[in-house]
Amino acid sequence: MLKLTKSDFNLMLLVAALTLLAPFILNPFPTDSAMAQFNAGYPDLMQRFVIFGILAVGFNILFGLTGYLSFGHAAFLGVGSYAAVWMFKLLSMNVLPAIVLSVAISGLFALVIGYISLRRSGIYFSILTLAFAQMMFALAYSVLTPITGGETGLQLALDDPRIFGASQTPGGNIPVPSLFGLEMRESFDLVLGAWVFTFNFGYYFCALVLLASFYLAIRIFRSPFGLMLRAVKSNQQRMNYTGLNTRPYTLAAFVISGMYAGLAGGLMASMDPLAGAERMQWTASGEIVLMTILGGVGTLIGPVLGAGFIKYFENIFSKINDNVLHEWFAFLPDGIENFMVFIIHPFIGKGWHLTLGLLFMLVVIYLPGGLVEGGQKLAAWFQKRGQKTETSKSKIEPAE
Amino acid sequence: MSKTTLTRRGLIKSGAIGSAGLALPTIFTAQSAHAFTNEPTGSTVTLGFNVPQTGPYADEGADELRAFELAVEHLNGGGDSGMLSTFSSKVLQGNGILGKKVSYVTGDTQTKSDAARASAKSMIEKDGAVMISGGSSSGVAVAVQALCQEAGVIFMAGLTHSNDTTGKDKRANGFRHFFNSYMSGAALAPVLANAYGTDRKAYHLTADYNWGYTTEEAVRSSTEAMGWETVAAVKTPLTQTDFSSYIAPVLQSGADTLVLNHYGGNMVNSLTNAVQFGLRDKQVNGKDFQIVVPLYSRLMAKGAGANVKGIYGSTNWHWSLSDAGSKAFVKSFGTKYGFPPSQAAHTCYVQTLLYADAVQRAGSFAPCAVAEALEDFEFDGLGNGKTLYRGTDHQCFKDVIVVKGAENPTSSFDLLEVVEVTPVDQITYEPDHPQFAGGALGTCNNGV
Repeated sequence: MLKLTKSDFNLMLLVAALTLLAPFILNPFPTDSAMAQFNAGYPDLMQRFVIFGILAVGFNILFGLTGYLSFGHAAFLGVGSYAAVWMFKLLSMNVLPAIVLSVAISGLFALVIGYISLRRSGIYFSILTLAFAQMMFALAYSVLTPITGGETGLQLALDDPRIFGASQTPGGNIPVPSLFGLEMRESFDLVLGAWVFTFNFGYYFCALVLLASFYLAIRIFRSPFGLMLRAVKSNQQRMNYTGLNTRPYTLAAFVISGMYAGLAGGLMASMDPLAGAERMQWTASGEIVLMTILGGVGTLIGPVLGAGFIKYFENIFSKINDNVLHEWFAFLPDGIENFMVFIIHPFIGKGWHLTLGLLFMLVVIYLPGGLVEGGQKLAAWFQKRGQKTETSKSKIEPAE
Repeated sequence: MSKTTLTRRGLIKSGAIGSAGLALPTIFTAQSAHAFTNEPTGSTVTLGFNVPQTGPYADEGADELRAFELAVEHLNGGGDSGMLSTFSSKVLQGNGILGKKVSYVTGDTQTKSDAARASAKSMIEKDGAVMISGGSSSGVAVAVQALCQEAGVIFMAGLTHSNDTTGKDKRANGFRHFFNSYMSGAALAPVLANAYGTDRKAYHLTADYNWGYTTEEAVRSSTEAMGWETVAAVKTPLTQTDFSSYIAPVLQSGADTLVLNHYGGNMVNSLTNAVQFGLRDKQVNGKDFQIVVPLYSRLMAKGAGANVKGIYGSTNWHWSLSDAGSKAFVKSFGTKYGFPPSQAAHTCYVQTLLYADAVQRAGSFAPCAVAEALEDFEFDGLGNGKTLYRGTDHQCFKDVIVVKGAENPTSSFDLLEVVEVTPVDQITYEPDHPQFAGGALGTCNNGV
């Protein structure tokens, strides 16, 4: 179906189910319970999950297939956001033109940067992309302040000369991004007993874009073009010796993955119309690499999982403070309660980096293939248990 | 592989369960059921404290968080009630706000606009915060302020010194108690004229970002107005840690005063470099070479150590002030944490109290009602003397403290000494002052 093999189609279905049912999956705990702290089903974080998912899927087309490690991918994310916000300021609050422009502009930037950087491979390529990204960050942060807003970031203002649409709402506020009148921030709350599930229009818009980009990524992975990229990864020298010019292929992969990043940037600005220079900093680029490695390099769904994993820790663990801990352990005697809080304290709040770092180490050491490998091992384990009772020939294909 | 067999009986059964599930959502509410965003309906009200817990300003963030916790404690009637007893408005009774117990959530801004907005959004969307406060840089303050305007909650800015926060980026839902670059310049200029004379040649080193620009502009125009000449203004990258290459040309330029428009680690490094180069022992144009740091903080003074001795700067508040409000605050903060509060802690504490007071006076948590109560509100007893929350730009107007690095500090908290308290009249400006031009408050937003 959809010109996909059966296992790919199933994977596509899995991703579709995960994204479309996210409001339920991410809000497993009743709203008033102490565990509600771990709920992640609010619009902003769900949007971030899928947007960074798109970014990581795109990054994986370059890194997972060709093995070229770009350390400056956040630059395209930033360029995409700036393009989108300028579109909002000048043209209209409709998100479609903004997203189209952000993809186009970041594609252009990727073409230029890729053309130069791809003259080298390996670590030199990484350093070149890193240098470009840092240059762009520095420019955006200070030199280009009139265009980028500098440190404060590019924001909408009450006097933006919007060609289509008003600069102000009748109430005297800045209009919000919308899709033909449907506001991105529009949400519905579904109350089921003690649970509250929020359905946000912006989230579903992002989710559909993620599904489309995921589908495109599968098609690229399975195409002859994808095969060529894999060949580049396994032995580029041999390919060159056989008289094949690999540069156009790697450049195409670089531009495609840059456009994915631009798309993510455009979406980010559409959900929250602000573009800041920090989005382009090298730490942001490093985060993308981490997401991909954490999820599983070269696998299709891995980067999406990795993106979700990191964003979850950044947003949920950083918000747990000592007060919350005391609430959790309130049932324990005072001494033990304080002791537990003392033990856990370094890992929460400002210590979220530490927790994430430890988990990252565990994953890299025990699951070098990332979270996907963990899933496969788990599946294999269940398979084994199943085989004890009935001898089944069917073998679960490793999900890619 | 499992095989699903579809039978008539099975279909009816699952159909029945499915329709029961669909019928279950009895209350299908849109957010517009509330009068304003996150209207507190229970017995508690949630405030969001969004401070840098990691990154360059983590120390200040930690101090802000301490102040917030103290403020919440005092609002709920705990502790020794701190500045509540000296505050000129007496409507807060120590039983929370409008009878609702104050609870709070915290987040990490990482001193990045994106992370700060993500954190603030989760406070608004997930935790139901009606007010967001905190932050330790102008970029973050401006970003979060715009977000709060859009979402329809009140933003009480923490430490943010750039003119833009209540200048070109001002918002109707945002309020700033902290002073700004213009006020620093206006307060410093007369003191500098007294100490160093009116015919100095100044050389500016400016951190290459928004706050640096506005501070340089403010200090330049104030000092030039009293007769100083600006020889050069050089921008330095924010990430610079070694400023020696920027310090060397200062001496050749013929300047006799160096103004360091730097904050945080930048200032610590540039000042240390300047002192190590022996600038302060030099004689230029027959005058002793001098260094000025427009915005001081205690944490910066601590970082620069003995190098700050005798160097002038300005600050929003200092714990050694002797008015009743400051004393009460220092006492309760000191009792709880064992050391005096920083200016960041002070402004965050005061902002929380001001918000609570405004809600109490307005009788409602609705952002527009709160904003109306805060606008043109005059108060006293919160550490800076008589203060006005100006309605036209949501900026507080109060006395500014000019400080100097102490010659003989007795402890690491005693590094700065108050030189002069510049009265509010000297630092007041018109809302349409060129340094604050552009931008508009807009109208307050109650959200959906």
